[in-house]
Amino acid sequence: MTREEQKENLLRMSGTDVRKCMKCGKCSGRCPAYHEMDIKPHQFVSLLAQGKIEKLLSGKAIWSCLSCMACVERCPRGVAPAAVVEAVRDTVVRMQGANGIRAEDIPPIVDELIPQQLLVSAYRKYNK
Amino acid sequence: MKICYYPGCTLKTKAKDLDVYARLSAEALGVTMEEIENWQCCGAVYPMARDEIATKLSAVRALDYARHHGGKLLTLCSACHNVIKRTNEDMRSDKDISSRANNYLALEEPYRGETQVLHYLELLRDVVGFGELKKKVVKPLNKKVGAYYGCLLLRPSGVMAFDDPENPTIIEDFIRAIGGTPVVYPFRNECCGAYVSLKNAELPKKRSAAILESAKEKGAEEVITACPLCLYNLQVNGGGILPVRYFTELLAEALGVKE
Ligand code: SF4
Ligand code: SF4
Repeated sequence: MTREEQKENLLRMSGTDVRKCMKCGKCSGRCPAYHEMDIKPHQFVSLLAQGKIEKLLSGKAIWSCLSCMACVERCPRGVAPAAVVEAVRDTVVRMQGANGIRAEDIPPIVDELIPQQLLVSAYRKYNK
Repeated sequence: MKICYYPGCTLKTKAKDLDVYARLSAEALGVTMEEIENWQCCGAVYPMARDEIATKLSAVRALDYARHHGGKLLTLCSACHNVIKRTNEDMRSDKDISSRANNYLALEEPYRGETQVLHYLELLRDVVGFGELKKKVVKPLNKKVGAYYGCLLLRPSGVMAFDDPENPTIIEDFIRAIGGTPVVYPFRNECCGAYVSLKNAELPKKRSAAILESAKEKGAEEVITACPLCLYNLQVNGGGILPVRYFTELLAEALGVKE
């Protein structure tokens, strides 16, 4: 895929209009995973708008986003940074061998209390 | 009255308390929760990518079943509620998702978001009424309780329409109705760390401890939730700062139906 095609694809997957962003940073200010992220929520939006796809796809922040929707709630421009993060994460995990969690990773970390909901949700987020 | 009920995977296993106490309490309040037939796991997280269709189908099947059985679907787990309600909105307003899902499912009549999705707390507030609930209480709670909302019930507020996302009151009103004293604390709508605990437990540890510290500082003796994953994170990753229980257990105690 060309870079332009990858950008189009990410825009389509996210369903959000990144051109509306006014770079106020409110999304990042509200993000509970901010300190763990190499690319901050507002940067996901601006990197996609600029078509900096390699940078987006090589970042580590996709593994820390909690999908808590706080950024979406706060954005005064109706942009959904979480949807951009998800589009990037899905693009990465759909690539061959790029799953963030594999079936064999699970048994050693499962404890007695872990709810099925945690296994299902982590698998949905990190594995395709 | 009878209402279609979607329990979800965890309420049949690790979160039985959430389910059992909800059913007992509902009966005491004159509501029978009828588990829908052949339900499948909702997937636990709403797939945000606009090209995700297959991952939404279990929610659509449940919604379509409820459409033909009374028109309402009751949820209890916050995650199921979030997934099913957001998927319902897609089926109503996103032509692309709705036509692809309908094309695959080939239902007798296409599903277009007709069912009303109702969380158990909304049932208490809007159908039973907190005033009526209060009259049925035989053992008032007499405790200071912190409501933990988390993310899934509240956000995105445009679709969830559950309560004010920044200053919700429904669980505080519930606590008052069962004779307790609600404790309002700043972190009650902050994320517990969610599914990231399987990838990097450090983040949920920080988040969950901060939530419980915040509740404790404001005087809460315990914290209640409607989400099995929140309960897990707060209990296991929260460092035992405060006890955490499902809201339905307190409800069953107050109604005198806890066995
Ligand atoms: S959804 Fe992700 S990016 Fe947005 S505020 Fe939550 S953790 Fe941060
Ligand atoms: S809150 Fe909205 S407008 Fe502000 S930086 Fe984030 S995405 Fe852009």
